[in-house]
Amino acid sequence: MTTIWVTLLAAALGCYGLKLAGLSLPASVLNHPRVQRTAGLLPIAMLTALVVTDLFDANRRYTADWHTLAGVAAGAIALRAGRSLVVVFLVAITTTAVLRLIV
Amino acid sequence: MLLVSATIARSWRAGATTTADEPFPERTAITRAAAGIGLYAGVFGITFGTVSVASGLTVAQAVAMSAVMYTGASQFALVGVLAAGGAPLAGLSAALLLGVRNAFYGVPLTHILRPRGLRRLWTAHFVVDESAAMAVAQPTPRAGRHAFWATGVTLYTSWTLGSLAGALIGTGIDTSALGLDAAAPAIFLALVWPQLSRDQGPAVALAAAVVAFGLVPLVPAGAPIIGAAAVAVGAGQLPTRPPRKTEDR
Repeated sequence: MTTIWVTLLAAALGCYGLKLAGLSLPASVLNHPRVQRTAGLLPIAMLTALVVTDLFDANRRYTADWHTLAGVAAGAIALRAGRSLVVVFLVAITTTAVLRLIV
Repeated sequence: MLLVSATIARSWRAGATTTADEPFPERTAITRAAAGIGLYAGVFGITFGTVSVASGLTVAQAVAMSAVMYTGASQFALVGVLAAGGAPLAGLSAALLLGVRNAFYGVPLTHILRPRGLRRLWTAHFVVDESAAMAVAQPTPRAGRHAFWATGVTLYTSWTLGSLAGALIGTGIDTSALGLDAAAPAIFLALVWPQLSRDQGPAVALAAAVVAFGLVPLVPAGAPIIGAAAVAVGAGQLPTRPPRKTEDR
C-alpha cells in the first residue's frame, strides 16, 4: 500500500518536473533535432509495447485471453474506421464482455 | 467543467458589450472545442478510475494520480505495470519516459504563454497533449493563451472528477465481466494510432512490439516497456533524411 503511494508521488513529481523543464530550459536544448526525434518516437515505441504487454505479459510468462484479444481487435477495426477514442474503448470492452458472456 | 465553460462564455459576452476585454474571433470556437475535449476527458477519466481500482489501487490513489500527475498515458502505464505485478521502479520509469513528450511541448508553449516567475510553476501543471495541441493550433498568441487555459483547466477538472466517478463505480463491479481488461490495451492502441503516420512510426512500432514480446519471459513485468523505449532512443539517433523535396528520387 505504502509502496504504491511512494511510487505514485515519485511519478507525479517526475512528470511535473518534465513539464516544468519544458517551460524553463533554453529552447536550444529541446530544439536539437535528434532529441526531438527521440522524444517523438518514445511514445510510439512505449505505447505499442504497452499494448503487447497488456495482452501477453503475465510477469515472465506468456499469457493470452482470446476474449480480450478479440475485443482489442474489434477496437482496432473501429480505429481504422476513424472512430474516436471513446468509441474504440466502448467497442473493445463490449466485444470482450459479450464474447465472455456467450462463449 | 460546465461551470468553467459557462464562466468563460460569460466573460466573453461581457467583453463583447463593454469592449473592456477586446474579443477575438476564435474565442467562441475555442471555448466550444475545450468543452468537447472536457466531455471526452470525463469519460476517459471514468475509464481510468475503473481500470485503476480493478488493478488494485484504492479510490484515493486513483483520484490522487489524476489530480497530481495529470498526464493520462503515464498514469495508465503506471497502473498497468503495478497491476501486472511489475516492480514499482519499472512502473515509475515507464511513466516518466512517457512523460518526456510533455517537456517538448514547452518549446512552442513558452513562445505563446510567456510564463514568468511563479506563474511558470502553475502553468506547468496544465501542460498536456490536448492543451498544447489546442494552443499551438491558434493563429495568434492571444487565442493560443485562451486555448491553453480553457482546455487545460476544463480537462483537468473533468479528468479528475471522472477518475473519482470511475473509481467509485469500479469498486463495486466485476470488471472482467464488463470486458474492462480490454480497456487499457485498446486505449493505448488508440493513442498510438494517429502517431503512426510520423516518419519511422510504423517501423519503430513494429520493432518495439517485437522487442517487448521477446523480453516477456526474460525480465519482470514492466521492464519490456523500458526495453521498447530503447528502440525509440536508437531510432532517434539514425541519420535524418533531408526534409521533403529530395524524398522522391
